[in-house]
Amino acid sequence: MKLLNLQRRMARAVMTPLTPSERMRPAAANGRSMRAVAAEFIKPNDRLTSFERLEIYNRQYWFRILSSFAEDFPGLRAVLGDKRFDAVAKAYFTAYPSRSFTMRNLGSKLESWLRKHPSLAGSRKNLALDMVRLEWADINAFDGKAEPALKPEDLAAADASKLRLRLQPYIHLLDLRYPVDDLLLEVRDTEDAEVASNAFDEHRRRKRVRAVARLKPSEIFLAVHRLDFSVYFRRLEREEFVILSELHKGKTLSRAIEPAFRGSSIEMEERPSHVQRWFHAWAALGWFSKQEKNSSRS
Amino acid sequence: MPANQFNNFTNYGIGIGLRATHYNHILTRKPVVDWFEIISENFMIDGGRPLHILDQIMEQYRVVQHGVSMYFGSAERANPEHMRRLKELVKRTKTPWVTDHLCWGSVDGRYTHDLLPMPYTFEAAKITAQKIREVRDFLEVPIAVENVSSYAEFHVSEMTEWEFLTEVVEDADCGILLDVNNIYVSSQNHSFNPHTYIAEIPAERVAQIHIAGHSKYRKYILDTHDHPVIDPVWKLYADAIHRAGHTATLLEWDDRIPSFDEVHDEALKANIFLAAESLATAV
Repeated sequence: MKLLNLQRRMARAVMTPLTPSERMRPAAANGRSMRAVAAEFIKPNDRLTSFERLEIYNRQYWFRILSSFAEDFPGLRAVLGDKRFDAVAKAYFTAYPSRSFTMRNLGSKLESWLRKHPSLAGSRKNLALDMVRLEWADINAFDGKAEPALKPEDLAAADASKLRLRLQPYIHLLDLRYPVDDLLLEVRDTEDAEVASNAFDEHRRRKRVRAVARLKPSEIFLAVHRLDFSVYFRRLEREEFVILSELHKGKTLSRAIEPAFRGSSIEMEERPSHVQRWFHAWAALGWFSKQEKNSSRS
Repeated sequence: MPANQFNNFTNYGIGIGLRATHYNHILTRKPVVDWFEIISENFMIDGGRPLHILDQIMEQYRVVQHGVSMYFGSAERANPEHMRRLKELVKRTKTPWVTDHLCWGSVDGRYTHDLLPMPYTFEAAKITAQKIREVRDFLEVPIAVENVSSYAEFHVSEMTEWEFLTEVVEDADCGILLDVNNIYVSSQNHSFNPHTYIAEIPAERVAQIHIAGHSKYRKYILDTHDHPVIDPVWKLYADAIHRAGHTATLLEWDDRIPSFDEVHDEALKANIFLAAESLATAV
């Protein structure tokens, strides 16, 4: 058997989902007996059959990726509950096996996949999608690139009609239907408490369920950003969000400000002071970079 | 033979794996450690805290890069994005040599994120050696390949594991990262004599040695890196340094990680065997 053929066969077996009791399935996807499949390329020994030896790798694969996925998406787990979360994870990795050399990118296709399979998220589809967007943005903000930041004085001397500001590559702007930032912080608090006490599991589960149950739809605008190497969620006013989004698209400063106040409840005479305050805060947080080009973000 | 072309003619001593749980201890207490091994993939990113920590560590310590997903034995070509990011990190760390595993783990662009065993065939050895040469030429740094623990063997194999390792490293003209715990684990799972393994490999190519703990199950042993090193593995280590000399040695502890001092103390037990070997050589 040629190397490529053997590797394709083994990878197919290793990536086949486990049974509900976390064992290797008795039959392959094409209906063939897995015992026969394993025996074709794996030797048995005096303690283990070919099937059992292959099963070690099949179980390791699923345990590893599911554990890493659960670490990356604790908020989604809280939204869906353990059982549905496991089902979503298994269906997702069956449809989209990892295509990256690093497990950091396991969740890279999750949002688009979940949009195509909303029924898997049950009645909390929109909440689940918001949480996935937030948790993926959090991962990208954590280790995204940082360019040299523009200083407030760099902005002061600039001509607004010509100035094109670039956001730092690690900043992600999200418009969300639910206040999932609060929920995620609450979930993380309970996870931390769990580390402190092994007997915390049931209490944690109940607290999570209560937190999800009381979460009502409420549109929020968020910047997921980084300060001193820690990721923060900063709530934005709608007008702020529009300006930042327009700047991100490459609009000049004056063109970015224009659409922000369409339909805005902020009084005309108060708008300049708002804009000034926002820019001061963004510049102080180092959100603008000196780079001409920016990498993609959500 | 400790300093050789495969570890860039360095004489590193005993190191431990750099793990996030120890960052605070290392940066605040600044313990004396000869070197740290880093998992390359953890730092092949664009920015943020991991690279900031790494830069701080490198101000005080020597680091060597160890990869987990180059998959030299995969039949497909090396991933260009992986190579680009790895080279960027090599430039940052100035690692004297780079290691990764003699295994496969991806096919048709799909990654298992596991260290899957090779079929010990001449075809596989040739493909693997070719890929090692390509990666080394691109990175412009010596490469050493690590023998993995395995739980399965293939009908198509044409040679023993140590013959396959020898075939690959001689064809690729690369070094060996000899993991004596992995030799022990595989010897138990496949019923071979681990001392024969060490006696048969080209010792002059050993660039580095790994030691670690494992977990024993009823019918097989798993390489879990969550226990201290057991006596039979230390005996294999003694064998290895007898053949290869005082070679850069690294303790891996990746799960249920104890305190920094406990991990470091476990690694420093290697000194007992190094001293005994020096004494034996002197007599």
